[in-house]
Amino acid sequence: MRTVFKTSYDADIRLFKHNAQAFWYLLLFAVAILLPFLVSDFLIGEATLVLIWSICGMGLMILVGQTGQASLGHAAFMAIGAYSNVLYQEHFSMPFLLSFPLSGLTAGIAGALIALPTTRLHGIYLAIATLAISVLAEDLIVILEPITGGVAGLFAPDIQIFGFTFNRYGNPVELYWLVLAITFVIVYLYRNLLRSPLGRSFAAVRDSEVSAKAMGVNVARTKMLAFAVSCTITGLGGALMGHFATVFTHETFNLIMSITLLLIIVVGGLGTIHGAFFGAIIFVLLPLLISMTRDSVAWLTGAGSITIPGLEQGIFGAILIGFILFEPMGIYGRWLKIRTYFQLFPFYRKDMFRRQKSYLKTERTR
Amino acid sequence: MSLLELTNVTLRFGGLVAVNDVSFNVEEGEVFALVGPNGAGKSTIFNMISRFYTPAEGDIFYEGKSILGREAHEIPQLGIARTFQNIELFEQASVLQNLLVGRHTHCRSNFITDMIFTPFVREEERRHREAVEHVIDFLDLQAYREKMIAGLPYGVRKVVEMGRALAIKPKLLLLDEPASGLSVEETQDVAFWIEDIKKVMGITVLMVEHDMHLVGAVSDRVMALADGRMLAIGTPQEVQNDPAVIEAYLGSDDTAGSGEAA
Repeated sequence: MRTVFKTSYDADIRLFKHNAQAFWYLLLFAVAILLPFLVSDFLIGEATLVLIWSICGMGLMILVGQTGQASLGHAAFMAIGAYSNVLYQEHFSMPFLLSFPLSGLTAGIAGALIALPTTRLHGIYLAIATLAISVLAEDLIVILEPITGGVAGLFAPDIQIFGFTFNRYGNPVELYWLVLAITFVIVYLYRNLLRSPLGRSFAAVRDSEVSAKAMGVNVARTKMLAFAVSCTITGLGGALMGHFATVFTHETFNLIMSITLLLIIVVGGLGTIHGAFFGAIIFVLLPLLISMTRDSVAWLTGAGSITIPGLEQGIFGAILIGFILFEPMGIYGRWLKIRTYFQLFPFYRKDMFRRQKSYLKTERTR
Repeated sequence: MSLLELTNVTLRFGGLVAVNDVSFNVEEGEVFALVGPNGAGKSTIFNMISRFYTPAEGDIFYEGKSILGREAHEIPQLGIARTFQNIELFEQASVLQNLLVGRHTHCRSNFITDMIFTPFVREEERRHREAVEHVIDFLDLQAYREKMIAGLPYGVRKVVEMGRALAIKPKLLLLDEPASGLSVEETQDVAFWIEDIKKVMGITVLMVEHDMHLVGAVSDRVMALADGRMLAIGTPQEVQNDPAVIEAYLGSDDTAGSGEAA
């Protein structure tokens, strides 16, 4: 185990704890850049999807993991991002470089407006209110047919940046690099958030609203900011999802998608950036794994192709239940435990990560 | 002018009168203690000063101005910090982060500069980090800097709570039972810290405490409460010997005050 000897206050501020950590993350980024030379175009498409889901997941993570506010309606903000991005391009003939950030901003403002009434709610009531937003969004898309194309949906044009075209089928590798660059920027902003006063005020609201107030944190404003930042990032993810799907309708961003997003961050590990990525990888690779298993089973038994409806959702649900029961900290939490085991070998104790009982909370003054 | 002044403050919860016509002043530079049996309304008074509750009658003045028009989150900006009886720390954060939240009122950055992490934010962070380091030095928390609150023993949490309030750099510090649940040695530490907070840092302290040894050792003036009413106000000695106080604690027939009560 490495002990970092801190000699300046910057040691607590910098992004990486020590050079070795910086090295591994840069190596990971380098591998991500070089991935198209290592795997097939099909897998690059899947990797792009993983990154897009990670972006959406990071958006929700800021709200759920960092600020402790539940949201079952984040697909609605993905929809706002996707629709506004395409509409800005088509109706105002904006270039992607302008419409993309604007679509995030639109989703962010929508999130802030929705936060005004909903952040007065706590726990299950907030979950229900955001659930309603998800349901409402689906209907609104159908009702606003002249703008949104209704049930027929919208067609997302190719991404154009300075005359260069990005298309999922035409040049998947370039699209992957574009999404990777956007992911990189968002991870950087997320890390900044975590080490700045803003991130601390989010954590304060998550852990104790009463003492957040007593420390001078404006709780209502902080929750609204969390919604705004969260919805902006999810909206950006939605805009990319729109381009990736090429055609999207009201059904693309339905309630199931909201719940999927929540599953991704819970399975990945709440409150960590890693969690969003782990969750997205599981969610994207699972169908792939299932179809590969199905093929090999069919080949072994000679039974031809077998399809079991709902198998994917069933397995994903089982995984979720398993994680909540046995590893509430998600995949990233499990990884931390494994890493600590090897770092401390042979001194790892089973109860090292067990939480101490928390003491009585003041609920009265809430 | 007193630093803090409560005038005829009354608070009711439905039919229950939690605080009944209470008035007192806290002068700058003193340690003022509130004592009384459970349910006397001590913590309720704290919650009114930190604006979690609004009194039905009466007014609260801080530096000569009424604070009833202020929101709870504006109170620390005025220079009033508090701790909680049932430790209210940010569980899933480190000691350092908890203390840094105490610097929130001194943060001048906004959410955009925070997310870009401009050089200005970095410079501010260094200053906050330094201010927090002074608090860590003062309370001997060096060993716990990086530890998560969720794994810390009760005694350390109590100290971190005090540290977080001190990080605000307040003029008035409200301590809600700083020694409850602490061992004799830890209580002694608290007594020394309160002395230093008053003498070295020049912070006025208003505290609620049951441990009469601690109250007697550190406080300049004491107010005794029972059932929301004021019983007596004066030096610790005067209050302990006040017949009304003895009656509230021990019943009317017994005149001998002893032990923790009075």
